[in-house]
Amino acid sequence: MSEARSEARPEDNGGNAATFDAHPGADAGVTPESPLQWSRVQGRVTEEGGAAEQIRVVERPFLGHLVLRGGAITLDEAVRAELGVSLPGKPLGLVLDAEGSRSVQWVSPDEWLVIVPAGEEFELENRLRARLGDAHFAIVNVGGGQTLLELSGEKARELLMKSVTYDVHEQGLPVGKAVGTVFAKTSVVLRRPSEARFELVVRRSFADYCVRWLLDAGREYGLRVESASP
Amino acid sequence: MFHIFCPYCQEYREEEEFHPSGQAHIERPAEPASVSDEAWGDYLFLRDNPRGIHHEMWVHRLGCRKFFNITRDTASYEILETYRMGEQPSITAASAEVRREQGVQTADGGWQTVGARPENSRLNEETPS
Ligand SMILES: [Zn+2]
Repeated sequence: MSEARSEARPEDNGGNAATFDAHPGADAGVTPESPLQWSRVQGRVTEEGGAAEQIRVVERPFLGHLVLRGGAITLDEAVRAELGVSLPGKPLGLVLDAEGSRSVQWVSPDEWLVIVPAGEEFELENRLRARLGDAHFAIVNVGGGQTLLELSGEKARELLMKSVTYDVHEQGLPVGKAVGTVFAKTSVVLRRPSEARFELVVRRSFADYCVRWLLDAGREYGLRVESASP
Repeated sequence: MFHIFCPYCQEYREEEEFHPSGQAHIERPAEPASVSDEAWGDYLFLRDNPRGIHHEMWVHRLGCRKFFNITRDTASYEILETYRMGEQPSITAASAEVRREQGVQTADGGWQTVGARPENSRLNEETPS
């Protein structure tokens, strides 16, 4: 086992739940596999690299995904203190930190999705639990259940237009907006973190299906699905 | 295809993202143990099936996953309003009756509208019934 702690008992984090590190590192003898592992084995997903295409799809595996539930005011205070970002003020809002690598997304009136770089979510969850104490809230680490795909390139919007029912033009999905919607008969979270990028959060059990759909829909643009190294 | 305004997401979405969940405003008996079998059966199974104004529960299952209510005309399919859980409808069968008596044009069957969207009302009016 590694030196760093990989578990926290309720009394350690001041909360009412035990937590554990889903990314304990190579020392723990666990090889992490992203939801796209099967697609990788099948050769549908390749390592990141290669020339810039009209469109690029890159998986960002093993990020920390936390779902926060509770009252907006309580959670906003805690998230601002621990993450330096406030909760999105409006429905369908998506806010990023100055670096652009940590985000908080409105999911429903009492639910937010926080995505942070790999390995940060364990300590973040513990710090949030300690700060929230007895407040009425829930935090669930959903990082094992979903993964994030980044779409960029001039044809990214065209590809989405073939795949989702949502209006992905500027007026429908401006920067700083994120929606749950229909993607090729399954559900995805569709995010617009910056001018140049779209993001899809796909569920583990549908990840390979989504990849196959993207490959098929993107064939005319020479689409490849790549995976960034963790 | 409906175009439904989700009162939580605060915007119109395709019907595909939603799922209907039956009649709205059904109250669970406060003390189930003291309710007669007949009354309990009514609570579980008996539903209204009106021609005209109906209040329904829907869930935005692929969006925010919240339940909310829709006031819908079962004859014209027109969605008259959507409102959050815990709120009361502003349009009821009684108020629609008043509208009709006052000569305000209401949908009365035959065609399907795309939703109670103000900018669609012109479209609705131009559609022959
Ligand atoms: Zn919604």
